[in-house]
Amino acid sequence: MEAVFKREFKSYFVNMSGYVFIGVMLLFCGIFTMAINLISHSAQFEYVLGNETIVLMLIIPVLTMRSMAEDRRTKTDQLLFSLPVSTAAVVVGKFLAMIAVYAVTCAAMGIVPLILKIFGSVPLGAAYAALFGFFLLGCSLIAICMFLSSLTSSQIIAAVLGIGATLALYLMSGLASLLPSTASGSLIGLLVIGAVLGAIVFAMTRNYLIAAISAAVCIIPTAVVYIVDSTLFEGLLPKIVGYLAVFDRFVTFSNGVFDLTALVYFLTVTVFFVFLSVQSMDKRRWS
Amino acid sequence: MIEVKNLTKKYGNNTAVRNLSFTIGNGKIYGLLGPNGAGKSTTMNIITGCLAATSGTVLIDGHDIFEEPLEAKKHIGYLPEQPPLYMEMTPAEYLAFVAEAKGVPFEKRSRQIREVMKLTGITDVSGRLIMNLSKGYRQRVGIAQALIGEPDTIILDEPTVGLDPKQIIEIRQLIRDLGKNQTVIISSHILAEISAVCDHVLIISRGKLVANDSLADLERDASAGNGVALKVRADRKAVEEILKSVGGIELREIGSSGGVTTAVFRQSGSRDARDDVFFAFAEKRLPIIEMYTRESSLEDIFLSLIGSDLDGDGDIYDEEGGSFDADEEPDEAPAPASGEKSGARPEKNARKSDRQKDDEDDSDDYTPLFGGGGEEDDR
Repeated sequence: MEAVFKREFKSYFVNMSGYVFIGVMLLFCGIFTMAINLISHSAQFEYVLGNETIVLMLIIPVLTMRSMAEDRRTKTDQLLFSLPVSTAAVVVGKFLAMIAVYAVTCAAMGIVPLILKIFGSVPLGAAYAALFGFFLLGCSLIAICMFLSSLTSSQIIAAVLGIGATLALYLMSGLASLLPSTASGSLIGLLVIGAVLGAIVFAMTRNYLIAAISAAVCIIPTAVVYIVDSTLFEGLLPKIVGYLAVFDRFVTFSNGVFDLTALVYFLTVTVFFVFLSVQSMDKRRWS
Repeated sequence: MIEVKNLTKKYGNNTAVRNLSFTIGNGKIYGLLGPNGAGKSTTMNIITGCLAATSGTVLIDGHDIFEEPLEAKKHIGYLPEQPPLYMEMTPAEYLAFVAEAKGVPFEKRSRQIREVMKLTGITDVSGRLIMNLSKGYRQRVGIAQALIGEPDTIILDEPTVGLDPKQIIEIRQLIRDLGKNQTVIISSHILAEISAVCDHVLIISRGKLVANDSLADLERDASAGNGVALKVRADRKAVEEILKSVGGIELREIGSSGGVTTAVFRQSGSRDARDDVFFAFAEKRLPIIEMYTRESSLEDIFLSLIGSDLDGDGDIYDEEGGSFDADEEPDEAPAPASGEKSGARPEKNARKSDRQKDDEDDSDDYTPLFGGGGEEDDR
């Protein structure tokens, strides 16, 4: 794992993408700091981070696009498979390399509140709690985009998928409000989600049985619960979709609140998508 | 020591490898031979853990590649068909990465990397980016990567493909050197390649093992089919009589058409009987149009093995099948009428008849220099 981590981390600074990532992040951090803290005389560094999420949304996919896709294109994945290293260690090594690049960025951004402190009183606790939340948000997005990169051998497709996914997550709370909140509407929505899940499973495994079972696991309990007590479904769909709104979790941090549930949420999303990436890479051996 | 038992790999409905079983002992160079699409790469990928098998087991020094992959993989070094190189690294950095990933202890790493670079002859380019290296050097870096960690067995998938003749000779010499201390398995679709470096040959056709023999044994089988072929403008009876009158030869095949008789005889004694044959016909004023030594080569054995397998079940892989079907029984007598020397090199002739029907005569000139470079071009 260390070998993979070191190699990957170095590669971000050989092919510029690490510098570009850090540079763009810090550039916008500077612009927002100037606009919010210096020109508007706010002492809250959290607001800077709140705005920085837009940059994060667009630039994380650029950082992650090569992570898994490039190995597939250049066939270096065969080397990784033949090394006495488990797939999980390889994926975690790659993931941690990206996290390290991102951590360097966050550390550099951490200097800003200290500079502001020279000019007046800055709530450092809130600022650094928000920065920590910002770091965790980035980890989740990196994990999600790394998984998307593992699905394709093209960096461009990986980047487009990644930006599409982060954009969808960014707009998720807005999307949730558009959804029907009636019981029947929620039922239909959940059934559609079940069917889509089945289709995705089929696309990945090419196995009708497994796809049907996974769709049924979603659809049958949903239908049964609906028949038993339809009132449970009032407003359920917007609520479920709301759970997927990764960025909204960070809003509490940027308002100066250290939210433990959000912390757990971010870690869960991260671990889940790293796990999926491992599965996705391992699956190629079974194709 | 590698033991492969009942290995089967299916891609959807396509069976790439079926029920393959063999054992690779220690300290020899093994060649995995077969036409394109025979399942060589698939087999190698499975042995090295890059691919999962549908069924069957692979034991590497007693460790199952599927059950204990990490332990098993320590005993093998693998160079896939396309060398898995990181273009933005230098060979030195790349080998350092591989050494660390293979768990070579820190204090041994730099010494081992230096040794491997020296062995593969890449010391001079160790500071250049891999993307700037020529194909031959990239291949060497790939081989160097396989050697890191001092594995017992080195598996090289088509190590000389796409290299120029000089590089091919160098890589072959390198493989021979490696074979002195380690077990080496190489795959190729070129027989001359295998016969140049290997001690033992495994021939795979359509995912099945059709031969598993030492090269010496295969060569002995092949030389049993040698003979002299003859074309005379005379009728069959006259030719038969004259040949019978010449001592020290044994008539094997004879046929005639259009006033030309084709015969194949073996020389039973150590003396060259061709002079006698020539004068015997000259005396009767019967013109010999052609006389040549028909050497039944390893290639014939290879083709007949593959050919007979193709006859067995022709349900999968038809992209390669066509050329072999054209000559199902390569050892058959030359067809008298056609004037083709078809017995000698069935595949060559089959291909020729597709391309240049009018010019059959150069098949004699075919000498498998550099592992049948011509054959390589054909494919």
